[in-house]
Amino acid sequence: MELFTNQVLAGIATGAIYACMALAVVMIYQAIDHLNFAQGEMAMFSTFIAWQLMQWGLGFWPAFLLTLVISFAGGIVIERALFKPLTNAPILVHVAGFIALFAILNSVAGLTWDFTIKQFPSPFGSSGFLGSQLISTHQAGMIGVTLVLLLLLFIFFRYTRIGLAMRAAASLPESARLVGINTSWMIALGWGMASAIGAIAGMLIAPVVFLEPNMMGGILLYGFAAAVLGGLTSPLGAVVGGFLVGVFENLVGTYIPGVGNELKLPIALALIIVVLVIKPSGLFGRAIVQRV
Amino acid sequence: MSMLTIKDLRAYYGQIQALHGLEFSLNEGSVTTLLGANGAGKTTTLRAICNMIRSTGNIEFEGKPLAGMSTENVVRLGIAHVPQGRGTFTNMTVEENLQLGAISRSDTKNIESDIERMYAHFPVLKQRHTQQAGTLSGGEQQMLAVARALMLRPRLMLLDEPSFGLAPLIVRDLFGILGKINREDKVTILVVEQNAQLALELAEKAYVIETGRIVMSGSAKEIANNEDIRKSYLGY
Amino acid sequence: MSTVQDSVSQPAAVAAPSKKSMTVGTTATLVVFALLLITPLFVKNFIIFQMTMWLIYAIAILALNILTGGSGQFSLGQSAFYAVGAYTAGILMEHMGVNYALTLPAAGIICFIFGFLFGFPALRLSGVYLALATFALAVAMPQLLKLGVFEHWTGGVQGLVITKPDAPFGLKMSQDMWLYYFTLAVSALIYVLAVNLLRSRSGRAMMAIRDNQIAASAMGVDLPLYKTLAFGVSAAFTGVAGALGAIVVQFVAPDSFTIQLAIAIFLGMVVGGVGWLPGSLVGSAFIVFVPNVAEHISKGLSGAVFGVLLFVVIFLVPHGARQVAYMIEALFRRKSKS
Repeated sequence: MELFTNQVLAGIATGAIYACMALAVVMIYQAIDHLNFAQGEMAMFSTFIAWQLMQWGLGFWPAFLLTLVISFAGGIVIERALFKPLTNAPILVHVAGFIALFAILNSVAGLTWDFTIKQFPSPFGSSGFLGSQLISTHQAGMIGVTLVLLLLLFIFFRYTRIGLAMRAAASLPESARLVGINTSWMIALGWGMASAIGAIAGMLIAPVVFLEPNMMGGILLYGFAAAVLGGLTSPLGAVVGGFLVGVFENLVGTYIPGVGNELKLPIALALIIVVLVIKPSGLFGRAIVQRV
Repeated sequence: MSMLTIKDLRAYYGQIQALHGLEFSLNEGSVTTLLGANGAGKTTTLRAICNMIRSTGNIEFEGKPLAGMSTENVVRLGIAHVPQGRGTFTNMTVEENLQLGAISRSDTKNIESDIERMYAHFPVLKQRHTQQAGTLSGGEQQMLAVARALMLRPRLMLLDEPSFGLAPLIVRDLFGILGKINREDKVTILVVEQNAQLALELAEKAYVIETGRIVMSGSAKEIANNEDIRKSYLGY
Repeated sequence: MSTVQDSVSQPAAVAAPSKKSMTVGTTATLVVFALLLITPLFVKNFIIFQMTMWLIYAIAILALNILTGGSGQFSLGQSAFYAVGAYTAGILMEHMGVNYALTLPAAGIICFIFGFLFGFPALRLSGVYLALATFALAVAMPQLLKLGVFEHWTGGVQGLVITKPDAPFGLKMSQDMWLYYFTLAVSALIYVLAVNLLRSRSGRAMMAIRDNQIAASAMGVDLPLYKTLAFGVSAAFTGVAGALGAIVVQFVAPDSFTIQLAIAIFLGMVVGGVGWLPGSLVGSAFIVFVPNVAEHISKGLSGAVFGVLLFVVIFLVPHGARQVAYMIEALFRRKSKS
């Protein structure tokens, strides 16, 4: 029983990583109605920028904040320059665009900072949380930041005018235009926010998995899985999904014989598929009724 | 004073031409109705005014040409469009829908009082103000759509078949409110309708459109009393 | 996200290519085929090998085109079917001494079943969810192939080495050249089968599903049957491509069939033009040759160069090679009028 609890707690700790990534995924999905396969690379790139700023002498928090601003702006620039021209192209072409962006970011990061792993500092330290052996202060910090982010997003979407406008633009673009909303800029804003959230995720994850250009590959996938599990329209679902995926991954690794690290990912994904087949819109997602 | 002037409007859905040189104008403060059979081009006309579809020709609002403007910028000039099917944000509350109507306004302090005015016009909306808009009945959603459009404080309101799917009594109510809004708030109204009879009671001026062209125009009374026109174009 | 979506005003997930042109005219086809026949006689063996791989990936892209362009179902998981086909060939040839030519139909049948079965849970998924599920399949496949329990057959992480076949009847041509013509024959056959499938009643049913699922179902099209059929056929063709690939490369290993392959096949479909079968050749050329070009331009930034070239393609011709073909066709028509 103790092993079980330990594994669950450890799962929640790793799940915080997935939850944070999943929030960025949901954010972008709300804005553009699809998944951005390059999101992990954007987060990775932002994290490298933070690292570079610190190499140049900035303290952690100034670097963190400056990176957020840069990531937000960068997200908007990327959307305006690379994806706005594709607005009328079919979805598949957008996906090709995401893949191209992925290749570019990964390659440039590799050239600029090379592929050796680097240490990334954690603002929370790495001692045991409240003296426990299970969760480090950093992991507790991750969970805390994720929850705070979730709360901020909730307030943003529910109680601000611009949040309302974004929701409207995502839900019925034509009606949104008819109330005077510039839906095109709402999409750009969505990208900016998703990029900033991704940067936070990256900076939280890097202390744990070490900073290198390929660090986000598996994590993005878990982030997608968590977002889909939770329901792509629900930030709360994304966070819950993230924790669930973390826990499940850990339990599978512990209790099912023969499952090493390599199979954990496919099994987590298989779980997602099973959930989707039973409940296609995820745990907290709104069922979509197709009206003819 | 002409509020809206349309000259030689040709509109296209892809390669298909739906309007063939439409011309008409609306006077400030008037209520006009655009009548015609299904597929005549009534909805297309409204969509063209808001630049929702590709078109050529001349559309001027209060002297300002609308060519090349995005839909949202046309709306921000003061033109509210209640589309066919209402375009309600079904998964948001009634109140959020009303707030969205005012989302482009900069005078935020007046929005709360405007919402109260809408509740005065449409008491049923106040009853349901925290409900999800998708759970309202057809008539209620139509009222919500009109209220949302009014939240813009528009000078021109375009309505696309507001009577569609509604019981006659409710339509009478709705048209009564539209008349009130026109007189009290000085909102110019253009109503597109298949249900010609009620529309002609509300409007002062009427145009009849057929296959993308205006074929008849006159005062609403003239058109309503002209049996030939009614039989040929309006089906009753 | 709207709770209620008007199915009528919702654009199809895959833009429907015009009916007349999921293929090209006969002249163009014959010219291309003639070129494909003659070129190997004039080039070195290595180029022949590359051309063979080009044809093989074109088959895989064509298979994806049937699935996505034909029935409107996304797949980022074709590498899984390719892998199954490849390993089928490898296992049959090396463990059971089966003749290489026979491994192709075997791969086809096994992959058909595999694809058809995958099609069932896929019925409940669409769009982004289906993309994710197929993505998951592609990611899982290399891991499954490495599993200890299969190691006796698959050769585990090291994979299997496959004996390259000689030209039959003692023909005086190199192994590479023989394999090229063998592949060309198989490609031509698959192309003809695909065209006929899409023109048949089943094909029209699939395209109806792609354009508007609900309407198709209301018209009596058996959705589960045709959707799973599309998956099966697509998987079968991809499996054949995989088998050919295994024979030509003489080697199968789990890490040859990663998600990178699935992504490459997907990109090949987009560049070639979704739903345009001849585009498969163009798309295949893109994924086979452009990465080399990118590396020539800049060793360190080859990925970035590839990404930039990809963006250039999708900005200029979002509908892929098909768009280029239409533009050329329009040019000819204008010239012949004047």
